[in-house]
Amino acid sequence: MCAANKKYDEKMLKDYKDMWLIRKFEDKIYQLYSEGVLPGTIHASTGQEAVAVGICKQLRKDDLMFTNHRGHGHTLMKGAEAKRMFAELLGKETGYCKGLGGSMHVADTENGVLGANGVVGSGMPLAVGAALSLVYNGRREDNDKVCVVFFGDGASGAGVFHECMNMASNWNLPLIFVCENNLYGMSTPIKEQGSIENIADRAAGYNMEGVTIDGNDLELVKETAARLIQKAREGGGPSLLECKTYRYNGHSRGDKPYGIYRTKEEVDYWKTEKDPILRYEKVLGLSDEEIKEIKKETDAIIDEAVKFAMESDALSPEDVLQYVFA
Amino acid sequence: MRTITYLQAVREAMEEEMERDEKVFVIGLDVGTGLTFGVTTGMIDKFGKERVIDTPIAELSVAGVATGAALNGLRPVMEVMLQDFITLCMEQITNQASKARLMTGGQLKAPVVFRAPGGWFGSFAAQHSQSLEAWFAHIPGLKVIAPSTPAEAKALLKAAIRDDNPVAFFEHKKLFGRTGEVSEYGEDYVIEIGKADIKREGTDVSIITYSNMIWEAMDAAEELAKEGISCEVLDLRTISPMDREAICETVKKTGKVVVAEEGVETGGVGAEVTAIIADEVYAYLDAPVKRVACPMIPIPFNPDLERFVVPNKDNIIDAVREVING
Ligand SMILES: Cc1ncc(C[n+]2csc(CCOP(=O)(O)OP(=O)(O)O)c2C)c(N)n1
Ligand SMILES: [Mg+2]
Repeated sequence: MCAANKKYDEKMLKDYKDMWLIRKFEDKIYQLYSEGVLPGTIHASTGQEAVAVGICKQLRKDDLMFTNHRGHGHTLMKGAEAKRMFAELLGKETGYCKGLGGSMHVADTENGVLGANGVVGSGMPLAVGAALSLVYNGRREDNDKVCVVFFGDGASGAGVFHECMNMASNWNLPLIFVCENNLYGMSTPIKEQGSIENIADRAAGYNMEGVTIDGNDLELVKETAARLIQKAREGGGPSLLECKTYRYNGHSRGDKPYGIYRTKEEVDYWKTEKDPILRYEKVLGLSDEEIKEIKKETDAIIDEAVKFAMESDALSPEDVLQYVFA
Repeated sequence: MRTITYLQAVREAMEEEMERDEKVFVIGLDVGTGLTFGVTTGMIDKFGKERVIDTPIAELSVAGVATGAALNGLRPVMEVMLQDFITLCMEQITNQASKARLMTGGQLKAPVVFRAPGGWFGSFAAQHSQSLEAWFAHIPGLKVIAPSTPAEAKALLKAAIRDDNPVAFFEHKKLFGRTGEVSEYGEDYVIEIGKADIKREGTDVSIITYSNMIWEAMDAAEELAKEGISCEVLDLRTISPMDREAICETVKKTGKVVVAEEGVETGGVGAEVTAIIADEVYAYLDAPVKRVACPMIPIPFNPDLERFVVPNKDNIIDAVREVING
């Protein structure tokens, strides 16, 4: 294809590749788990890639981010390297947290990732505190950083969600609450967790802007996130961005994608009609050849990252005690 | 030397640290007015609303806000109105603040202090009178302090604020009015966390206790001295990490031990002290260790019944006689 005919620029192409990076990262984790190499549990974000790419890449390196148990994609897109992510998930010393945190606790402070979380909802208060530290005692004159916190639809039922929106709004903090509404909290559909259609409607009760969007439409996610981030940067206060999306795997590696609480038809519908990668391929107008090439490139990146992780050593038992206290 | 109350000591510690370090701030319910006990009264006039931060009544989230601010470099002191209400903060203290260091492989630290007055106060009833220190001693990554004198309250709170780790700092409501001499060395007057202190030297029996129970023990020792029984009173001061060495030293000296606390007996601080003795200096014991603690009952409202369940000097005297007479 001649360059002049392209419907996209290099940034868009990179976004597309990044969605593949997340998908293949998550697929590889499932594979490593099934091979008995990867310990612990896994919450994959397969199917939700447009949210991570669309939001995290609008952030600067010095912006702050908190994520939840389904946060591999967010952390990768905030700047973390796949190889050190894999090393963490495999419990190696070369991992971001020396192998002491694992999948649910990856932090990468150099890139502003102040942590993932194994407790549903608990990243929100931490994010309010981090956002408070950005404006504390006149500090806003020297920085225009923002903070983003990711959580699921299930977390919107937690008291902290409401307490935190209340405080963030009252203190006009530079904080964006991002609710990844994948329609289920474990096996419970959102309809059984609350009486409203759109979680972002909750924002109104706290005098905050709330926006609900199709979280699988990458351009829409990017555009909305960019606007809300800019607003927070300029002192416009916090907002709640709800991205409707869908996870393809089971809740964790312990359950099947469908059968108990979701039907195969429902999962197939999202995979064929709503998939963020397929949709973006069309936006970009990529050829089959180009797609094949990109997938191959991504496989190579993942394989090299896994190799690094596999070849790394674990922290020794004598050394672990030094991480209890600072 | 100058004489001040325990309450003033706590306030002075915070004020001096806030003057020394701009990153230190106070956050909590009604801290602006200090309406609860008056600990923070007047601080807002010196430091302003930016550093004496009133919050909504949302203890769990506020504990997270303080922790999140600490993760991003500030040094918050959260005032929890009463120790009973710190139960609402347990998630953030236990799972977030105390684990941040290890989970992130040393990337993050959480220098946050949770101040919470505990203990009985005179018919404040079951939900306003508890001593829950033992809960917190069970959390790795958290330091737990409960001082008994104004000078130690000041010096240990300053140490807590300067410590790079989360610290639970428990005052006793009945101690707020107690007066004592404090050093006027100013900002350098700190006591190392984790060190017990002999409040009264003795040779026959060791009474090991802390916080307000120290004064019951001192009165008991005074009375017993009249009968020719010489009691050593050891003030733990720090509940975690516990000063095992000081405990073992006093046991080696007297061979007889009474461990006293205001909290309930089962799984209590005294249980831990007793276990340390059994582990390390069992051979030095001349009699079984006797525990004095609250029975397993919520504190009743009726003043006579309250006095009946909360341990006091008489219970300590009885226990000492028991270990002496066998
Ligand atoms: C406080 C708490 N309760 C329960 C769990 C177990 N749990 C882990 S994830 C999850 C569902 C969360 O749903 P949601 O917030 O929608 O996120 P999703 O998994 O769908 O991404 C539950 C119940 C937990 N980790 N923390
Ligand atoms: Mg969900």
